[in-house]
Amino acid sequence: MSQPIIEVKHVSKNFGTHQVLKDVDFNVNEGDVTCVIGASGSGKSTLLRCINLLERPSSGEILFHGRPITARGSNPCEYRSKVGMVFQSFNLFSNMTVLENCMAGTVKVLKKSREEARQTAVSFLEKVGMEQYIHAKPHQLSGGQKQRVAIARALAMQPEVLLFDEPTSALDPQMVGEVLNVMRQLAREGLTMIVVTHEMAFARDVSSHVVYMADGVICEEGTPKDIFENPRNEKTKEFLARFSRG
Amino acid sequence: MERMVQLGNDIVKLWSTYGGSYLRGMLDTLLLALVATAIGCLIGLCCGILNTIPCEQEDPLLKRFFLKLIRAVVRIYVEVFRGTPMILQAVFCYYGLPYLTDGAMQFNSVWAASILVVSINTGAYMAESVRGGIISVNPGQTEGAKAIGMNHFQTMTSVILPQALRNIMPQIGNNFIINIKDTSVMFIISFTEFFAVHRGVTGATYLYFPSAVIEMLGYLTMTLTASVLLRALEKMMDGPENFDLAVADPLVPGEGMHRYKKNPKEPNSDYRIQEQQAEVSDVLAGKRSGGRRSRKGGHSK
Ligand SMILES: Nc1ncnc2c1ncn2[C@@H]1O[C@H](COP(=O)(O)OP(=O)(O)OP(=O)(O)O)[C@@H](O)[C@H]1O
Ligand SMILES: [Mg+2]
Repeated sequence: MSQPIIEVKHVSKNFGTHQVLKDVDFNVNEGDVTCVIGASGSGKSTLLRCINLLERPSSGEILFHGRPITARGSNPCEYRSKVGMVFQSFNLFSNMTVLENCMAGTVKVLKKSREEARQTAVSFLEKVGMEQYIHAKPHQLSGGQKQRVAIARALAMQPEVLLFDEPTSALDPQMVGEVLNVMRQLAREGLTMIVVTHEMAFARDVSSHVVYMADGVICEEGTPKDIFENPRNEKTKEFLARFSRG
Repeated sequence: MERMVQLGNDIVKLWSTYGGSYLRGMLDTLLLALVATAIGCLIGLCCGILNTIPCEQEDPLLKRFFLKLIRAVVRIYVEVFRGTPMILQAVFCYYGLPYLTDGAMQFNSVWAASILVVSINTGAYMAESVRGGIISVNPGQTEGAKAIGMNHFQTMTSVILPQALRNIMPQIGNNFIINIKDTSVMFIISFTEFFAVHRGVTGATYLYFPSAVIEMLGYLTMTLTASVLLRALEKMMDGPENFDLAVADPLVPGEGMHRYKKNPKEPNSDYRIQEQQAEVSDVLAGKRSGGRRSRKGGHSK
């Protein structure tokens, strides 16, 4: 068995006295699509933000290719350029056009030439079906279009892992489909992804690994078949029952 | 009516004799205001940036100490220069330098002294505006920039400052207009801007009111022009309201060009194999029609 690409080891996170993550421990292998599900406030976003170092874990370690990235002296910028993130609120740069958004990282961080960056940007915008909108500013796009551009921006860095934090929860049902389709396509192509989502159908159909979180701990993890067809934990059962009813 | 005719005659008389002086005064005023506002904005920008360098608990003690020190210095600068009249600051600098150095150093032109004083003053106001502008940029923008691996400097220069600058444009304009008017206090160090011309002219002619009318009209012309130009500049910064859909470029390699692995493994394929067949054709069909729809509906306001 080859080494996992990301290892989360006994990670805890406190905000003041409020402990949001408690001894979270799991691995992500190359090519895995890991879906993190769980109730609101269970710490899913916090976990993802810790993995991307937007928050520092209070204790524990996160390893990337076996190297600790939380250690002092490791370069968070270099790490982040290899682990992309897509946010619930898109976070596109509003002072730039769609094309510039997708070129910014390649030019500034990877120091590629503008021409090369442009080609990469356009090819990924084509992948998400947004190549026609390269001259638009983010505020001129619909939510689904913004999210697809955000995905293209993350992909343009050619990351090894892509993190998604509820990429579709700010979208209308009709737009959810277009974003999920793009993510399905990426999964098929073998991109390693960690997806926090409330889209149970997506988690069931696309993921290779499902993590169920409640109150800052991982209650249960396994293949989608394990989790969705015969969950062992009472909390998992209850959570999933609520979804199939609703 | 009679008085109005009289006023008209006086103004014509003043203008025919001193028109050149008035115009030169206006030019000097504009030049001083422009240069000092520009330098002041730069000072403000630096202070604003220094003031918003993130300072975290985990940072080394030395770094935290320096950041605190910088913030304290900037704070003192802002409070002192915002809290004292500019006319006094001018006197203080212009006469203070030779006094303190016992004549060894002095300003060799009133221009240098005036630009210095007005810039520093504007900088003190702009420092707070810039800080506000930076704070007002959505924190999501910083996170977006960090998430693609930008460092603090790159995040600032390519994402935050352009947006902060756009947000504080109205205040930069405000400061410019204030400077056009307030540079008039520089007569105290015998800088001959527009208002100083008035003092000169009335000293010779005693036509106080007609000259004041000329001054009023002159200042209004300058400030109104500035205000219109600034609006236009803001419009320009916002870019076009609409955008054109790009036409497909056949030279650029298309979809499916990039693969992450040579043989992507199919996660839990047995579980979803039947569903997937149906789904793929769904996706493709949906994507095509969806694409066409959004193209036709293109955003043209
Ligand atoms: N910056 C912060 N400071 C203090 N508390 C925070 C902070 N961020 C998150 N929390 C707390 O951490 C807990 C978990 O938040 P988190 O956003 O990770 O939940 P979540 O599982 O992503 O929920 P949702 O599904 O609604 O997005 C919440 O109780 C929240 O109040
Ligand atoms: Mg969340």
